[in-house]
Amino acid sequence: MNRTMEKLLKKPITATIVSIILGFIVAALILTAAGYNPLEAFGALLRGTMGRPKYVANVLIKGTPIIITGLSIAFAYKMGLFNIGAEGQYIVGSIAATIVGILCDFPPAIQIPLIIIAGMAAGALYGGIAGYLKARFGINEVITTIMLNWIALYLCNFISQIAPFYKTGTTGTYAINESGFTVLFSKWKTSEAAADFIAGHPLIGDMMRTDFNIGIFVAVLLAVGITFFLNYTAKGYELRAVGFNKEGAEFAGISVKKNIIHTMLIAGALAGLAAALNITGINPHNISHLAMFEQNGMNGIAVAFIAGGSPIGCIFSGLLFGGLLYGGQSIQYEVGAPSEIINIMIGTIVFFVALTKILPTLAEYLAKRGETNA
Amino acid sequence: MENNSAYAVQMKDITIRFGSYCALNKVRLDVKKGSVHAILGENGAGKTTLMNILYGLYQKDSGEISLYGKTEEIRNPSMAIAKGIGMVHQHFMLVENFTVTQNIILGMETVKGAGILDMRSARQEVEDIVKRYGLQVDPDALISDISVGMQQRVEILKALYRGAEILILDEPTAVLTPQEIDELIGIMKKLISDGKTIIIITHKLKEIKKSADYCTIIRRGEYVDTVAVKDVSQEELASMMVGRKVRLEVEKGPAKRGEVIFEVSDLDAMDERGVKVLKRLSIRVRGGEIFGIAGVDGNGQKELVEVITNLRKAESGTVKIHGREIQNTTTRNTMDSGISTIHEDRQKRGIIPDFTVADNVVLDTFRSGRFSSKGILNKKAIGEAAENLLKEYDVRPNGCKDLLIRGLSGGNQQKVIIGREIANDPDLLIAVQPTRGLDVGAIEYVHKTLIRERDKGKAILLISLELDEVLALADTIGVIYDGAVNAVLDRKEANEENIGLLMAGGTLHE
Amino acid sequence: MKKKGVLFAAISGSALMLLTGCSIPQKDTTKYKVAMITDTGGVNDQAFNQLAWEGLQKFSEESGAEVSYIESKQASDYVTNMDRATDGFNDLIWGTGFAMADPIVTISKLNPDISFALIDNQVPDAPFNVTSVVFRAEEPSFIVGYIAGKTTKTDKVGYVGAVRTDTSMQFEYGYAAGVAYAADELGKEIEIQMQMTESYADAAKAKAVASKMYSSGCDVIFHSAGGAGYGVIEAAKEWDRYVIGVDKDQSYLAPDHVLTSALKKVDVAIGLVSGRVMDGEDLGGETLSYGLKEGCVGIPENNPNLTPEVQQAAMEVMEQIHNGEIIPPKTEEQYQEFLSERGLYDGKQ
Repeated sequence: MNRTMEKLLKKPITATIVSIILGFIVAALILTAAGYNPLEAFGALLRGTMGRPKYVANVLIKGTPIIITGLSIAFAYKMGLFNIGAEGQYIVGSIAATIVGILCDFPPAIQIPLIIIAGMAAGALYGGIAGYLKARFGINEVITTIMLNWIALYLCNFISQIAPFYKTGTTGTYAINESGFTVLFSKWKTSEAAADFIAGHPLIGDMMRTDFNIGIFVAVLLAVGITFFLNYTAKGYELRAVGFNKEGAEFAGISVKKNIIHTMLIAGALAGLAAALNITGINPHNISHLAMFEQNGMNGIAVAFIAGGSPIGCIFSGLLFGGLLYGGQSIQYEVGAPSEIINIMIGTIVFFVALTKILPTLAEYLAKRGETNA
Repeated sequence: MENNSAYAVQMKDITIRFGSYCALNKVRLDVKKGSVHAILGENGAGKTTLMNILYGLYQKDSGEISLYGKTEEIRNPSMAIAKGIGMVHQHFMLVENFTVTQNIILGMETVKGAGILDMRSARQEVEDIVKRYGLQVDPDALISDISVGMQQRVEILKALYRGAEILILDEPTAVLTPQEIDELIGIMKKLISDGKTIIIITHKLKEIKKSADYCTIIRRGEYVDTVAVKDVSQEELASMMVGRKVRLEVEKGPAKRGEVIFEVSDLDAMDERGVKVLKRLSIRVRGGEIFGIAGVDGNGQKELVEVITNLRKAESGTVKIHGREIQNTTTRNTMDSGISTIHEDRQKRGIIPDFTVADNVVLDTFRSGRFSSKGILNKKAIGEAAENLLKEYDVRPNGCKDLLIRGLSGGNQQKVIIGREIANDPDLLIAVQPTRGLDVGAIEYVHKTLIRERDKGKAILLISLELDEVLALADTIGVIYDGAVNAVLDRKEANEENIGLLMAGGTLHE
Repeated sequence: MKKKGVLFAAISGSALMLLTGCSIPQKDTTKYKVAMITDTGGVNDQAFNQLAWEGLQKFSEESGAEVSYIESKQASDYVTNMDRATDGFNDLIWGTGFAMADPIVTISKLNPDISFALIDNQVPDAPFNVTSVVFRAEEPSFIVGYIAGKTTKTDKVGYVGAVRTDTSMQFEYGYAAGVAYAADELGKEIEIQMQMTESYADAAKAKAVASKMYSSGCDVIFHSAGGAGYGVIEAAKEWDRYVIGVDKDQSYLAPDHVLTSALKKVDVAIGLVSGRVMDGEDLGGETLSYGLKEGCVGIPENNPNLTPEVQQAAMEVMEQIHNGEIIPPKTEEQYQEFLSERGLYDGKQ
């Protein structure tokens, strides 16, 4: 019994799952204290995430950008860099994607890649700035990226209010041209033929009511691709070597500075990609005046953290987050509990994941006690 | 043996397991009060583990500890300190930008009312201890400004300040110069005459002979014997430690010197603070010889290696291999020019501790066509190369290529590094403190390997703080002092006295 | 291996949910249901959204309709939340805030059987099931401008806006015209300082802007900067000067310093329109413009910081607006026309 327990406790995934359960327990306690039935609330959460195909689609949609920003952060972290700037890189990515999407109008086969490349390039450039400052002058990337985040926010507010982008009577810009949409079957689903099809296939039809787009597939491919990149390519080897032991890598002839810049370029490109996919993939296909950060990058930090820095893990933690963020509104909508409950829950999970470093210790303790008992 | 108050420390049948691995199996230790007691064993034998149990860092699974004849439970270091046990670890635990006094009182601050630090009385107390034991240190110096030997004294002071009666020193001489070692032995003598008890963990036989009264030998977690040091020879101690007969002398034939392969001329370089640390340094190394650089730590050895490996800028002068200048280029260029380096700081510079052994084997060469093509690593080739190296250099444990290298003992890590660097087939092999922290068996192996490479016609540049090692290996000896190589002697002309004199900045008169 | 296991579990789990959890519930036809979708300010924004929700709750008490709300965290949530509300068998769905215009158009097309209403913005070429409700914000703005003009002793007043849009310009020009109107009555020239914060949330910036105005001599400032406006009220407290609140009676934030507030009675308007739709009136495709006449804008009943004379004069101006004698301007063009017709001084800086 103890032996199995010990083995289980030592697996990092166990720690994460325990944290998630604890997060739910804390949320249940708070709900109860506030006078709501937690079972009802969690029921609403479950229905709100999986109750209908379109909810599942929406969870996937909501999860996509934070999976990718999570990947950006996990990737940089492999190099020992803490990319707080995913938020800002996301914002400049969305700005670039929107500008290109509005100004250009090519056939989709050109337009979509163009927008995505623009978003990635902007994000990469923005991450690259922090990388360059770190490599050249040794300025801590945490500080530079936090400041760059604000610059990005205000840049977004500036761009979204000027001609020719600003759409009068709104808080934002025009939507990008439709040729840049990556929503699946975006044209077809409003057609007559589609109406019949949707009526005949309620499950798929329901899903098609959403902005279900290519994003989630890209996210999964990226996670796999990054795993491969880190473990099976020479560049990935280099990055990991620098991440684990800068001095050692330097002594082995690997340029630390170059790799810092490369890493931030890639991390920034990922965050920019997340933005471009959202601009092309979901309503309102534009940028608008931001009163505060939308948290796409910040949630990415939590996603990467819960995933334990594993790119594949980011898929799952990103979907968990997407589910909580999207489904959490059901708690408020159906049960009437404040949606802040979800934020508390997320905070608790992150907190307990941080605490789980104690689980292996607990396992060792169990092992010891088992032996003395025997 | 029954509990006896004549013994400061008695540990009986100590057993500890880490998972399924039994690190210590019924080990015993009896340390007489007022003696210097050495614990001798190879790396990984369990010496440090045993002392960590005594200091409360680990909990024994079974066994008994008694201090001065009284059975005690030591559950954590604070309890150990309260019972008068002090420990100086191999890796110092000092706050770099605090002063000596601040470090000593850290965690034991004397305060006046309202929590204000009473630095003056603390400083006074520190000075008293300094005087009493002749531990020369400046109480106001910053840790980052003082030498390693000084830092060690601060650690000892820290323990004494906390009222230690039993002092554990973990590998205390690993980082010291010959002079500093002698000074340390002097300090130990003073402490003993003051009634303290000292336990030193070491694998250096010479120092045991010089300083210790008794010696307990541990081999692979098992107790071997406890002997009175004066009754045994170094060779006997060595064979008890390794479990077989070892030769302490290095066997080598005469050098067959070839062309000058490597040449450093009039090299100047600065340290981080802009102080000139290399001053017109020149050396010439020929193929087929081991050129040993002897010197006290901090005379420019570190900077010389850094300039050669292009981690530091040369202000002026040249570094040439086969007549081609390589100074102020890149580390990669140094390697590509046929220079391989075994760095003194294994953990920091030599390996990536969180990589597998196999990944570490290709640290210099993963970009080469052999191990990657079009940017994709050839895991199979890497695995095979690793297996060959592990076999060739007898790296233990067997089949460890997919384990993290941090789990290997220092000696085995060093074997991987040496194997890797030699596999590059360099024209010049730089070995900096190549046997630092290694046990007798591993040292023997490293020395043999260096000589074998020499005999293949390679140029070897050996930089070591251990004069014995330089004398044992080198064919030509250069003495470095204050950033310059002042004298170059053939091994036949060199002896401990004249080199020692040159190391201290003196000159030789005919 | 382990990872594969988790993946499999996750996929099969969600597939199971899909297959079993999809019994779509039926509508309860006895209840009339209304939902509202907030903008990113959230339901506790102390302003627009909160007022809207209060209005809906009051409407629920009076009519027995079932009401609910969904908060939006990001602009990209608007459509999804709108869509989610359509699943709840709502008869009427409100979008609060002018950013909701496009989302409402998108979703209303997919749900022809549900009525939608948008408050504070109008949908051009509105679909047949969308009603727009706009306020004649220039009316209360004119009144508070008039009050500011009557109250100022330094002959300098200020206006702090957030972002310049068609809607926000109603405040700006209504206010400026009111100030000019009062100045004319008093036979003097009053300077109006104007600045935008470029943000509805940046209270710190709004405070800095307001402080600058106060330091240059303004003694009354009107803000229509949403949440950022708290900064203006803070500045008023620090400088011990007057501020005019917006949307709802903000005097509780600074009882001694809030002179009055330009009310947009969102709650009244929402209740009014919800009632009309519930009663079966077909308002689809229409834009309803609500002002003083409909009781949907105004100033608070009690203004303890106003002198009785000013209060009295303001009431008279309100009456003049009500009966059409004064039509406050809401664009640059109308403003210029208003001034030139009456020969008023343009104090805008």
